[in-house]
Amino acid sequence: MTCLSIEGVQTNIGRYSVLHDVSFDVPEGEVFVLLGRNGAGKTTTLRSIMGLWSPHEGSIRFRNTQLRGLHCSDIARMGIAYVPEDMGIFSSLTVAENMLLATRGGHFDKPRLRRIYELFPAIEEFWHSSAGVLSGGQKQMLAVARAIVEPREMLLIDEPTKGLSPAIVDAMAEVFKEIAKSTTILLVEQNFEFALELGQQLAVLEDGRIAHHGSMEVFAADSDLQNCLLSLAV
Amino acid sequence: MMQQLSTKIGKLGGVYWLPVVVALIAFVLIKVPSTWATLTVAGLAMGMMIFLMASGLSLVFGLMDVLNFGHSAFVSFGAFIAASVLVGLSSWLSSDNTLLNMVALLLAISAAVMFGALAGWFFERVIVRPVYGDHLRQILITMGALIVAEQIVLVIWGGSPMSVPRPRMLEGALIWGDFSVEKYRIFAVILGVLAYVGLYLVLNLTRVGLLIRAGVESRDMVETLGFRIDRLFISVFAVGSALAAMGGAMWAGYQTLISPALGQEMMIIVFIVVIIGGLGSIQGTLLGALMVGLMGNYVAFLAPKLALASSMILMVIILLWRPNGLKPALK
Repeated sequence: MTCLSIEGVQTNIGRYSVLHDVSFDVPEGEVFVLLGRNGAGKTTTLRSIMGLWSPHEGSIRFRNTQLRGLHCSDIARMGIAYVPEDMGIFSSLTVAENMLLATRGGHFDKPRLRRIYELFPAIEEFWHSSAGVLSGGQKQMLAVARAIVEPREMLLIDEPTKGLSPAIVDAMAEVFKEIAKSTTILLVEQNFEFALELGQQLAVLEDGRIAHHGSMEVFAADSDLQNCLLSLAV
Repeated sequence: MMQQLSTKIGKLGGVYWLPVVVALIAFVLIKVPSTWATLTVAGLAMGMMIFLMASGLSLVFGLMDVLNFGHSAFVSFGAFIAASVLVGLSSWLSSDNTLLNMVALLLAISAAVMFGALAGWFFERVIVRPVYGDHLRQILITMGALIVAEQIVLVIWGGSPMSVPRPRMLEGALIWGDFSVEKYRIFAVILGVLAYVGLYLVLNLTRVGLLIRAGVESRDMVETLGFRIDRLFISVFAVGSALAAMGGAMWAGYQTLISPALGQEMMIIVFIVVIIGGLGSIQGTLLGALMVGLMGNYVAFLAPKLALASSMILMVIILLWRPNGLKPALK
């Protein structure tokens, strides 16, 4: 069953066409990884899905609801959470205020919050601190924690391991495995090992086009294909 | 060494002490305590009125990146509407009955505030909304709107300066020895402090305030959390316009003589305050307004020829030191 279906999406930013005829399906309950070199169009794809940029052509369907043309806030209220590459933390607010903003009714589901504390102990420790003073890894934890403070249907996560130490990346992988048990994830990632550990399906973007689309298992076994598309071998 | 000193000063309150430092330097230069105290209260009163006028502009820019050069039109209309109400109720103002004085003043301020809120709502819908994201067109259209607003003021109230009566209870001064302070200035300071405290509480203790603070930092991110910033923005715009009109109403009573050029005159001061304070920050705007108010009064006493340029000089010095203003909102 398909959770998110993207067909023939073309997104222009100013006079530049960034995505050309991008199509792929994200299966329900899986972790789908978007890979590609810098500038390939991965972030643009996530922002197009989230409604932050409007695709000029094509269709983006979330469980049969057309997302193209909807306002970003309406897409968010359908249960799609977005963790951007820069984490989108409000530095002038406290950790608690950052979390509170992401709740629907302005109050926390206490069992869920306790689970978040277990996954990310730093969130509880720095609860009343300004988010601006957190380290890069702690900010990333806050960004992910904020995305899951309410039950979500789908998470769009943009390069969550960027700039993080290997120990934090390992911890983050465990957290994502836990989240993936109940939520479909579309993950943009440059760290192929991290992507390989989590993803079941993948698409590789090259110059705004889908260059490859298929199962992670097959892709992981084909080092020539990896070299060709990503200039790496696992 | 400088870094450590800067960190220590920051922990002690940092730039929030600047008005105190300015006041202390002025005390040394003026030498006469009673004169210094009178000028200081006058500067604080002026600063609080400018804060009322400028706070909305700062939030509007911070939240939606809108450069509204028409903001001072609300100041102008607020001043003239309040003045008209005060003229109409002049018998109440001259009465010995303090309650009647108070009611007349409240009616004048309320009329200005209500007009400001409604006009702000209309202004955002009709003039600002079509030019979101385009600074050049924002400047052109809002400057145009300011010129049109001034012409409307001319049509309704005429070109001659208008005299503004004050309530009897706020006429005269309180005198302690050599120190005297106008009652109206004390009233302006109290009203300004109340407005600041109200804004502070709304911004820091309510969910709407939380959204505004977050929206000033990153509009896109707030929208990805499921909120419509544009719907929130119209309320902020209306409240900001209402505060500007309230500031205009207070200014009319302060000056006691207002002319249709008031909007243009205040526009420069209001922009200087917002730039000095840092865009999108209420605390910064208050700080900027107090600095401009105090400096204006001290310089007018110490070096009258520099009085008109004092705000500009202050802005240049502060921008050389802090290019983003004293206390800008984080972006």
